[in-house]
Amino acid sequence: MTEIALFGAIEIGLVYALVAIGVYLSFRILDFPDLTVDGSFPLGAAVCAVLLITGVNPWLASLAAALAGAAAGLVTATLNVRFKILHLLASILTMIALFSVNLRVMGRPNVALLMQDTVLTPFYGLGVPDHIVRPLVVGAIVAVVVLLLARFLASEFGLAMRATGVNARMARAQGVDTDAHVYAGIALSNGLTGLAGALFAQTNGFADVTTGIGTIVVGLAAVIVGETVLPARALALALVGCVAGSILYRLAVQLALSADAIGLQASDLNLVTAVLVAVALILPRLKAKASRTTRAAR
Amino acid sequence: MSFTRLLCAAVALAAFAAPIAAPVPALAQSKTVAITAIVQHPALDATRDGVVEALKEAGYVQGQTLKVEYQSAQGNPATAAQIARQFAGSRPDVIVPISTPSAQAVAAATRDIPVVFTAVTDPVSAQMVKSMDKPGANITGLSDMAPVAEHVALIREILPQAKRIGVLYNPGEPNSVVLVKALKDEAAKSGLGVVEASVPKSSDAQPAVRSLVGKADAVYIPLDNTVVSALESVIAVGQQAKLPVFSADTDSVARGAVASIGFDYFQVGKQTGAIVARVLKGEKPGDIPVTLAKGTDLFVNPKSAAAMGVTLPDAVVKRATKVVGQ
Repeated sequence: MTEIALFGAIEIGLVYALVAIGVYLSFRILDFPDLTVDGSFPLGAAVCAVLLITGVNPWLASLAAALAGAAAGLVTATLNVRFKILHLLASILTMIALFSVNLRVMGRPNVALLMQDTVLTPFYGLGVPDHIVRPLVVGAIVAVVVLLLARFLASEFGLAMRATGVNARMARAQGVDTDAHVYAGIALSNGLTGLAGALFAQTNGFADVTTGIGTIVVGLAAVIVGETVLPARALALALVGCVAGSILYRLAVQLALSADAIGLQASDLNLVTAVLVAVALILPRLKAKASRTTRAAR
Repeated sequence: MSFTRLLCAAVALAAFAAPIAAPVPALAQSKTVAITAIVQHPALDATRDGVVEALKEAGYVQGQTLKVEYQSAQGNPATAAQIARQFAGSRPDVIVPISTPSAQAVAAATRDIPVVFTAVTDPVSAQMVKSMDKPGANITGLSDMAPVAEHVALIREILPQAKRIGVLYNPGEPNSVVLVKALKDEAAKSGLGVVEASVPKSSDAQPAVRSLVGKADAVYIPLDNTVVSALESVIAVGQQAKLPVFSADTDSVARGAVASIGFDYFQVGKQTGAIVARVLKGEKPGDIPVTLAKGTDLFVNPKSAAAMGVTLPDAVVKRATKVVGQ
């Protein structure tokens, strides 16, 4: 693995870490399987790209992308909470609707940003190579998000949100407005995904309607790999685990891309990635089992 | 326990096999070409094979003087971005991205490795190059923009007496706007006029084509999703009013258009490979103008042509790749 490929994997891992954190919020904390992310990721990319080509400040454009993602999350939450549509179905409806919305937002299937200023532009040419600047900037943004979110989840509102996910009936009995927490949590989750979409578009030079495909799978894989390598009770650490899981997932893809050296073909990529992630998930379990047997033998 | 250890060893081996295997001692004159496509499908695969074939004709034989790396992103743009970084790191002599998203990811990943993109419809609006004539920097390539010039020539060959071409399109589709502008340029070169009729939604197609009756001698349909989805209603009017309908895509010929010229993607790949060979021989990509792919597949529909009052010249039918509707 070359240095550029390694930093590239870390950079894309960091971008998708925001998706992983979003999925952690909806899937783990609120217990709400939310497929909206497959639509809110390209929505964020689309909104950001369209604003950038009209000359809006890149930071403002990224913020708008996050807000657009949050709005998409609110649609899903409304369908579920207000109209009692099953969460999975509600999120699928929003996701498929977003495909058309994204085409409308961009006016075409692909918007190029290769020649636009982005949040990264001011950091280029400061003596650090581009392929290192990008993960550094994205990493800084992810660090800020993790810190803010850890504080938020430890606040009274955040604790009530966690209670909503664990046991909604009990939370309601304690006077928690569970509906409000579902709205807020799903909006926050998709807001982070929208921001990830905006960063993806800016680091890779384009927004494309197809960028959303499989986002939920990548997010879930990152969350679960993270939980396996960093089994943590503390919430802040769990968030760090999402980031680690996302980067590890990308390293697995990178490894799979180099698998032609051992006789595999380009078309085997998804299979190899899946096997590597599965091995990552199985190994700790086997190790735990092994140590139990050793202890029993003594 | 031994199983666990075996598994650990296997993973470790997989992790290290790649970096060890990467710097294979190359032959003195050997070149590396890294090809990537967003997905694997027949047209894109044919493009890739065409590139390799053209390189072979130029004297670069795979396995001897040429090493070809190929990666497919399996439809996932994030993977496309990672492939782009991998290629930027392994520093091949030329990177050949197939399709717009792959090309953009590669362009974002490197500013110095030569890039020859292909199957990108509009490289200027995709911001791959500043202009078609002078791409500049490290990038050039091939656009698979519909061969409008060849379409106009075909219409003139089939209908020598035609004076005005009517065009149906949705002004809301950027691709169509580009194609209509190209049509006007090409038609003007041949002394033909162009009459536009706008089709904002599919249900507007029929009234739009009716409005062309008497004003145009032939109708041309660009690669416009709105019009193509309402193609049958256009064909029906064409047959009633004896107004021949031509299409930019070969698929529409089976649905009733008189004729069209489209791409054989193996040939598109060969045209791209010729550019790659020039770069391998030392030319700077930035100095090579972006090439427009040449269409090679000619589809004709004599039955529908007859219904529209047109007799196809023998020369056209004889060289057609495919004759449909019989």
